[in-house]
Amino acid sequence: MLHTSFHLALTVGRTAAPEAVQFWILAPLAVIAALGILIVKKAVHSALLMAWVMVTLAIFYIAEDALFLGIVQIVVYTGAVMMLFLFILMLVGIDSSESFVENLKGQRIPSIVAAIGLGGLMVSLLGRATVSAPAAGLVAANAEGNVQGIAKLLFTQYVWAFEVVSALLITAALGAMVLAHSQKVRSPYAQRDLSIARFRKSSLGDAAGLPASGVFAGRNAVDVPALLPDGSPAPTSVSQTLRSRGDIITSAPFALESIEEQED
Amino acid sequence: MSTAALLGQDPGWLILVKGLLIFVFCVVCTLMAVWGERRIVARMQMRLGPNRVGKFGLLQALADGVKLALKEDLIPAAADKVVFIIAPIISATTCFMAFAVIPFTGTVTLFGHKTAMQLTDLPVSVLYILAIASIGVYGIVLAGWSSGSTYPLLGGLRSSAQVISYEVAMGLSLVAVFIYSGSMSTSEIVAAQHKWWFSVILFPSFVIYVISMVGETNRAPFDLAEAEGELVGGFHTEYSSLKFALFFLAEYVNIVAVSALATTLFMGGYHALPGLTFTESWLGGWFTLFWFIGKVVSFFFLFVWLRGTLPRLRYDQFMKFGWKVLIPTSLVWILILATLRVMSQRAVSRIIVLGFSIGVVLLVVLVTTLYDRSLAKAKAASVLPDLPPPSFPVPALPGQSIVNHLTIEQTEVVTELENHNG
Repeated sequence: MLHTSFHLALTVGRTAAPEAVQFWILAPLAVIAALGILIVKKAVHSALLMAWVMVTLAIFYIAEDALFLGIVQIVVYTGAVMMLFLFILMLVGIDSSESFVENLKGQRIPSIVAAIGLGGLMVSLLGRATVSAPAAGLVAANAEGNVQGIAKLLFTQYVWAFEVVSALLITAALGAMVLAHSQKVRSPYAQRDLSIARFRKSSLGDAAGLPASGVFAGRNAVDVPALLPDGSPAPTSVSQTLRSRGDIITSAPFALESIEEQED
Repeated sequence: MSTAALLGQDPGWLILVKGLLIFVFCVVCTLMAVWGERRIVARMQMRLGPNRVGKFGLLQALADGVKLALKEDLIPAAADKVVFIIAPIISATTCFMAFAVIPFTGTVTLFGHKTAMQLTDLPVSVLYILAIASIGVYGIVLAGWSSGSTYPLLGGLRSSAQVISYEVAMGLSLVAVFIYSGSMSTSEIVAAQHKWWFSVILFPSFVIYVISMVGETNRAPFDLAEAEGELVGGFHTEYSSLKFALFFLAEYVNIVAVSALATTLFMGGYHALPGLTFTESWLGGWFTLFWFIGKVVSFFFLFVWLRGTLPRLRYDQFMKFGWKVLIPTSLVWILILATLRVMSQRAVSRIIVLGFSIGVVLLVVLVTTLYDRSLAKAKAASVLPDLPPPSFPVPALPGQSIVNHLTIEQTEVVTELENHNG
């Protein structure tokens, strides 16, 4: 079975043997990973499979003598774009799951139609480029060196398209920044401001910082207020978050009856 | 014959031998680096450092490695098991791959074969190293995410942001090298430096590269991803035993890798120091290895020196530095450099080139002066009003009243703080 498929690849595509071996190992893996992107539940797993598909594609490019394209594919897509995706996913939260609530009503059918249309357009374009067009061949394309060949095309024949695309991308990036930017009412307090403010208050009780939580003899959990020298609990020693949530244990049971008791 | 053509003639077994040698080199380097770092930092802090295991404590790293391997291997209950195991593997495998394109020596004879100590040569080797580095970061980011706890997640987040920002600066600093050597292949870049090292001609790029390479490897003062004062251990908090050892290995191999790349791109690679070129033919060309390793070791010393000297940057300062200083500076520098390069290729007369250079220098001086002045002006405007110094530590003298004058901003902070503290 495997042998016949090798043979098929060799005769149909006139591929060299090592390349065929590599193709028949990596291509199924890439397809499985691509399907996995849709199937797996966790968003990070999808992102990882996506990265795997991109790396496989890069290996294919390299095997096809498009060295520069393959390496740049890894640098840009795997290294930068997927990393940004991961960054966002991690920011959003580990357990956030997909929401199936439709925000835009009735967009499902038009979007399916549009997706099929776009897919058809791409297939037909690719088909026209690969099937009927006379291919110059890799040897001719790489005659001056792979990098030089791409550079020459990019900066002479396609320089206009190149510039337009870069302008588009910059506009999109700026647009995203403008849309996501929120004007701050005031600058955030820095350590210095807070320190000055602490010292200029009417009482200097907490100028050196608030007391740490916990009663070291009994419990030192964060939800137990510390005891002051007179034996009374210090509520400021428990974090504001815990206090407002009500997650606070009274430290009265740990309080000493009197100072003398300890000295006995 | 070019190095690429020379390497093309290597038989399969020779490639395997070279691969093995590179692996051994990296592992030995790691062992020595761990020991060396601890000894050097110890000296800088007036201590002795490890000196019990073996002569001068040389085997300390080995002993630590064995100890790590014998420790219990924990996987936290909240961890994403598959990713948790894959992450250190990604880190530890990718770090070795960069060495495939590093030229260690010039032309030498190995087992009767004329070759160069370089596994392979690509027309885009430097980009290949960048690509490998960017995959290596997945190890750190995924380790942070998959651990299923807060500190590692924060470490992973920091790491991904850090790498995205500093890789841009690093890539831009490499552009200058590409422009000047006319190639992205490591061996050709080294060959282009036989007369002048790029660290001399392209000094600003060299500085930017050195800064961003410290950022890329998560080393002090940029070790925010594993800042032990803030994040316990950062991305590897939950790791133990051999999985932790893999991260440890990856960190040190990465340091050697970026040092080797810096040597290759900016310090003339395996070429001898200026004036000592005759040494390059000693030992049948193998003496070049000595120069290469010497340069890598000095870069490693720089890493240790930085760690021993500088405190860790705050996260926002670090990001500001990357985006608002390093990247714009690189861009302007590349613009100037490309102009100069075109001038020299078009054989423009020296006077025009000189005029252009002086013009650029004057412009830079002007801009920095204006910037400094506006900074000073802003500072003068925001200075606190001239008030009597706050008299907090001392009780008031008889007849003296204590008034603490606050700016509106500060009053706001005070009221907020008072509300906050209940």
